[in-house]
Amino acid sequence: MSGPGTDGAPRGSRLSRRRAITMAGIGVAGVAGVAAGAGVLTGGGDHAVATDRAAGAVPFLGEHQAGITTPAQDRLHFVAFDVITKDRARLVALLQEWTAAAARMTAGRDAGLIGAVDGVPEAPPDDTGEALGLPPSQLTLTIGFGPTLFRDAEGRDRFGIADRRPAALADLPHFAGDALRPELSGGDICVQACANDPQVAVHAIRNLARIGMGVVSVRWSQLGFGRTSSTSRDQATPRNLFGFKDGTANLKAEDADLLREQLWAQPGDGPDWMTGGSYLVTRKIRMLIETWDRSPLAEQEQIVGRTKGRGAPLGGTGEFDQPDFAARGDDGQPVIAETAHVRLAHPGQNGGAHLLRRGYNFVDGSDGLGRLDAGLFFIAYQRDPRRQFVPIQTRLARHDAMNEYLRHVSSALFACPPGVRDPADWWGRALFS
Amino acid sequence: MRTTRLVVPAVAGALAVAGLTGCGGGDDKQDAKTDGPIAVKASDTTCEVGTTEIEAGQVTFAVTNSGSKVNEFYVYAAGDRVMGEVENIAPGLTRELRVELPAGTYETACKPGMSGRGIRGALKVSGTAATVAPDAALSQATASYQRYVQSQTAALLTRTEEFVAAVKANDVPKAKALYPVARTYWERIEPVAESFGDLDPKIDGREEVVEEGMEFTGFHRIEKDLWTTGDVSKDGPIADQLLTDVKAIVARANAERLTPLQLANGAKALLDEVASGKITGEEERYSHTDLWDFNANLEGSKAAVAALRPALEQRSPDLVAQLDREFATVENVLGRHRAGDGWKLHTDLSKAELKELSDSINALAEPISKVAAVVAR
Repeated sequence: MSGPGTDGAPRGSRLSRRRAITMAGIGVAGVAGVAAGAGVLTGGGDHAVATDRAAGAVPFLGEHQAGITTPAQDRLHFVAFDVITKDRARLVALLQEWTAAAARMTAGRDAGLIGAVDGVPEAPPDDTGEALGLPPSQLTLTIGFGPTLFRDAEGRDRFGIADRRPAALADLPHFAGDALRPELSGGDICVQACANDPQVAVHAIRNLARIGMGVVSVRWSQLGFGRTSSTSRDQATPRNLFGFKDGTANLKAEDADLLREQLWAQPGDGPDWMTGGSYLVTRKIRMLIETWDRSPLAEQEQIVGRTKGRGAPLGGTGEFDQPDFAARGDDGQPVIAETAHVRLAHPGQNGGAHLLRRGYNFVDGSDGLGRLDAGLFFIAYQRDPRRQFVPIQTRLARHDAMNEYLRHVSSALFACPPGVRDPADWWGRALFS
Repeated sequence: MRTTRLVVPAVAGALAVAGLTGCGGGDDKQDAKTDGPIAVKASDTTCEVGTTEIEAGQVTFAVTNSGSKVNEFYVYAAGDRVMGEVENIAPGLTRELRVELPAGTYETACKPGMSGRGIRGALKVSGTAATVAPDAALSQATASYQRYVQSQTAALLTRTEEFVAAVKANDVPKAKALYPVARTYWERIEPVAESFGDLDPKIDGREEVVEEGMEFTGFHRIEKDLWTTGDVSKDGPIADQLLTDVKAIVARANAERLTPLQLANGAKALLDEVASGKITGEEERYSHTDLWDFNANLEGSKAAVAALRPALEQRSPDLVAQLDREFATVENVLGRHRAGDGWKLHTDLSKAELKELSDSINALAEPISKVAAVVAR
């Protein structure tokens, strides 16, 4: 197996069925984000450009994996796998096969080489077909390796890589109030699929899971329907299901120095295979929606520390005003309460520790008691969880007034390697070489 | 049971193999090459085969069961391809197996209690090994699988008769014990049986598939009465009807010749049965004997693949290796849930154990889904 190069790069000569159908559907606008001219034909300049970009492809190859600083797409399908083989060679072969499929799918092509409808009638298609006719939709696929891939619960070195486990990939501690469900937590490998079309994200995960059968087994997965953070200054700050803007003070793609300092593992941080990578923490946080909705506006704003309308810090006027944590009101009390979420989570209150958050709202239907089974699927990337997520969450778990309305039910930690550099490279090559 | 038929369109016709007559396990044209039958002494713990090195050609085994459990005797080629088998050898009985064996290495197996890998022994057949031409390999697949179907239908009939008798005698414990055993033979050849769409729902229909105006009959109706009320005193007519329907399906199944492509799809369909009905506990919702069905589906799938094996080895050795590996994995995982000569109840398995079974079935079903295209090319 030569990696994705032989079949992963777009070919000029043979369009896949999905790509051909897509192009026909979009007409002259094309699928690769070629905005020029589209505005004229659709009669809506800016809108047409935006639509095109949302439909286009995000490059799969690069120094870092896509799907981290990529402007947060609208939809998520996140999956955590258990590796069920003991055979290192089969795992490596799967990672290579996955890389090739990921390169194809992020380019808007079918998962397999043959495609959803071009094979022989007796064979099951090597692509499941539900993305036929859909553009790439900025699909990104981001892989991460969990602590249990290196050593299992009994401490066994499963694949001869135990000595390559980064110190930063230390198991997260128990945080006050954690109500974690083991079957929804952890995992040996994760794949985060983000796209502007939910069907494209689900298609990608479904096909990767299928390719992996016999080598990996889906441990848990999560759909998210609305991004709760901006990872670029071009994006407006979205709202979470409490109705508040979320991620105003997030790390953004434009903050080059901060990204180096806070997001990407640097040479010397740990094992070389992680240099240029990032550590991912996911938390499924159930929100107790009904009781929140009954709480007065002033209480909601006190808990968050921001206004609900504009998202301004209490005492300020604009969303991006710096919160004044020293300010006191006429009653002598802090304007932003000691237990307010924004105070406890703010980098200025955590020794400058930032996170790059790109979480999603989720609603998994209702819970049988008529309550919305909903909340935030928290996703945060960082250079070292021991200096970033862990201390921040420790404070939040102890003091955050919002905890009354939250239940952390799932938690996971993954080391996301640097990007796939060239067509011969594959997910995890440096780790397994 | 399933709700969709095993459908093999147009291509099946093109593949139908001509000139198959006389390939079955015919009893009437035995040539007396060997000096009388090879005696096999089977007990609950041993399996002594009189001669283990023989000449190629027609071979007869006479299997005597001196044990206390019902026994079976098999001759396997590589990959557990059944060359011949005799089922349902009751204690004290002797039954004969006649089988045509080309030169090669085989295994014999007695299966006291009719379960597991059995007690294996080597069997060496010398002579000239004829190389099988590709098309011949496929035509042999059809004949080989037909032998398998016939052996299963014979046992299905016998075991159903016993089950029906127990129900009519209102012997609830005996009927409960016989229920999963009789169903084993049904489940092994389910895709064949289901190709007769009118009979399948009457024999194997679950309560929710019964349409308005249709009576809930068959195995699952009696299962419900046995395990919920424990009262089968009024089930005599249903039991009689079950036997009538089973007899009808046995006659039709024995006459059926599956094309190689149908075999390939049948092997996959059996695993789909496991994945959708047995892992979930839907099939045997009252008796919870789903693991019996699971094992029988798996054995049936393996038999269909084994019949195709010579053709697959010629066309895609890698796929054969993959199938061997994954069959072994499922057998290993499932084997942990044995209970005596049978299986643990579905309700005795933890969610983690069921997931492990599900993973192993998925791992096998993916390569199995590729068999049909290999057969068709």
